[in-house]
Amino acid sequence: MKRQTLIKAEEIFFRVIMFMSSMIIAATLFLIIFSIFYKGLPSLSWDMVSQTPKGGFYFGKEGGILNAIVGSIYLAGGSTLLALVIGLPLALFINIHLVSKKKLVNAIRFFLDLLWGIPSIVYGAFGFTLMIYLGLKTSLLAGIITVTLFILPIMVRAMDEVIKTIPIGLLEASYSLGSTKSETAYRIFFKQTIPGMVTAILLSFGRAIGDAASVLFTTGYTDHMPTSLTQPTATLPLAIFFQLSVPIKEVQNRAYASAAILVFIILIISILSRIFARKFQKNQIK
Amino acid sequence: MKVALVLVILLPFVIGIGLFLKSRLILQDVSLWELLFSSEWRPLAGKFGFFPFIVSSLWVTVISLLIAGPICLLTAIHLTQYADNWVLKIMHPVIDILAGIPSVIYGVWGTLVIVPLISRHIAPLFNTETSGYSILAGGIVLAVMIIPFVLNILIEVFKTIPIELTEASLSVGASKWQTIKLVHIRKAFPGIISAFGLGLSRSFGETIAVLMVVGNVSKIPGGVFEPGYPLPALIANNYGEMLSIPLYDSALMLAAFVLLIVVVLFNLASRVLIIRTERYK
Repeated sequence: MKRQTLIKAEEIFFRVIMFMSSMIIAATLFLIIFSIFYKGLPSLSWDMVSQTPKGGFYFGKEGGILNAIVGSIYLAGGSTLLALVIGLPLALFINIHLVSKKKLVNAIRFFLDLLWGIPSIVYGAFGFTLMIYLGLKTSLLAGIITVTLFILPIMVRAMDEVIKTIPIGLLEASYSLGSTKSETAYRIFFKQTIPGMVTAILLSFGRAIGDAASVLFTTGYTDHMPTSLTQPTATLPLAIFFQLSVPIKEVQNRAYASAAILVFIILIISILSRIFARKFQKNQIK
Repeated sequence: MKVALVLVILLPFVIGIGLFLKSRLILQDVSLWELLFSSEWRPLAGKFGFFPFIVSSLWVTVISLLIAGPICLLTAIHLTQYADNWVLKIMHPVIDILAGIPSVIYGVWGTLVIVPLISRHIAPLFNTETSGYSILAGGIVLAVMIIPFVLNILIEVFKTIPIELTEASLSVGASKWQTIKLVHIRKAFPGIISAFGLGLSRSFGETIAVLMVVGNVSKIPGGVFEPGYPLPALIANNYGEMLSIPLYDSALMLAAFVLLIVVVLFNLASRVLIIRTERYK
C-alpha cells in the first residue's frame, strides 16, 4: 500500500515539473518577444524604416536602416529564389525518379541532414574562401551564393518531407494514365503539395533573412542603398549587431528598434507558414 | 537534376577541402597539436594557440546542454503523453516560432535580460562580481536556442515507440508513469542521446548570439562567471583584421575547419545512432 502511494506521489511530482518545464519554454518565448518590443517600439519611428543612415548616424544623429531592410530582402529573396531553382527539382527527383532506390534516397537524406547541421559561420568562412578564389569582392552576389548554399539543404529536406506524404498510389495512377516522370513530378506532385511547398520556401526565407554569421564575411556592410549585385550590401541582422556594439544610448536604442523590426518580419513569416501548413493538411490525400 | 544532386552531395567535401587548403599555410609552420593545445594567442607575434577558445567553446556548449537537456526531456514526455489539448495548441506554435527566431535576436535578448540578470541577481548569490558578460550568459542563451531543435527531435523519438510496448506494460499492471519511466525512456534512450548530441553540435557552431553575451576575452576561463571566447566568436570577430596577415587568415580558416570537423563528427554519430534505433523498431 505504501509503495503504491509512493509511486503515485512520484508520478504527481514529475507531472508537475513536466508541466512547469513546458510552461518555462512558452514563457521564455513571450519574454523574448516582450523584452524586444518593450525596448524597441519606443525608439521605432517612421524615419527608421524610410531613411538611410545620414552623417553621424552612429553618433546618434538622424537616419534610418532602410538600406539594411532592403538589403536583407534582396539577399533573402535572391538566395531563396536560387535555392528554389536548384532545390525543387532535386526534391522531386529524389521522390519520383529514385523512388525505387530506397538506400540511395536514405543516403541522400542523410547527407542533407548533415549539411543542415553545419554551422552558418563555416558556410561564411567557406563562402569567403570561394569569393577570393573566384575573385569576387564582398558583395550582394557573394552573399546570395553563400546563403543559397546555407539554406539549400533546409529547403530540400523540408520539401522532401512534404512530398513524402503523397501516397505511392498517386504515382502509380499517374503512370498508368501514360504520363511521363516529369509530368507526374510537376503536374501532379508539385500541384498537390503547393501549400506545403510554400511553407518550405517561407522556412528557408526566414533562415536567410535572419542569419548573420554567413553574411558577415561575404556581403559586407554599407550605409548606401543596394544598387547592384557587385556592391557590398547592408543586412538587418548585421545592422542590429553593429548598432548594439556602439556605446551610445541613442544608437543602441535604434538597435533595439531594428531588432523589433526583424522580430516582426519573422512573426509574419511564421504566421503565413502556419496558414499554408493548415491548407496543406486539408488538401492531403490519406 | 543530377548535376544538382551531385553538387549537394559534394558540398560538404568541397567545404572541407576548401577550408583545409586555406589552413595548410599555418599547418606547415606549426604542428596541429601545438595549435590546438597552446594557450598563447598573439597573432601579431605569430602565436596562434587555440586552447582558450576550445575550452570556452566546451564550457558554453556543455552548460547549454545541461540546461536544455532536462527541460527538453521533461517537456517532450509531457507533450507526447500527458498534455491537454490546449497545451499542445500553445506549444506547437511556440516551438516553431522559437526555432525561427534569428540568432542575433537571441543575442539582443541576452544582453537585455540574461546579462543584467547574472550580474545583479545570480552572481551575488555566489558572492562573486561579474559584468554579466560571461560563460554562463552564453550557456543560457544557447540553451534557449537549442531547446526547439532538441525538443522536436525528442518528440519524434517518443512518437516512434510502438504502441504494443505500452500496451504490454500496462497489461501487466504497470501504471502510466512506471511505463514511461521503465519502458519508454529505456526504449528511447539511444534516441535521447542522439538528440542531445545534435543539440551539442548546434551549440558548438552557434556564433552571433554567443559572441554578443560571452565577453570575448582570450584567456582560459576559470569559472562560469568569467568571460570566455568560443571558437565561432573568434572567427566572426576577427574578420577584416585577418586580411592583412596571411598566417592569421590561415589560422582562422583552420578554426573554421576544426569547427566543421567537430560538428560533422557529432552529427554523424548522432544520426547513425538514430537510424540504428529506428531499424530495430
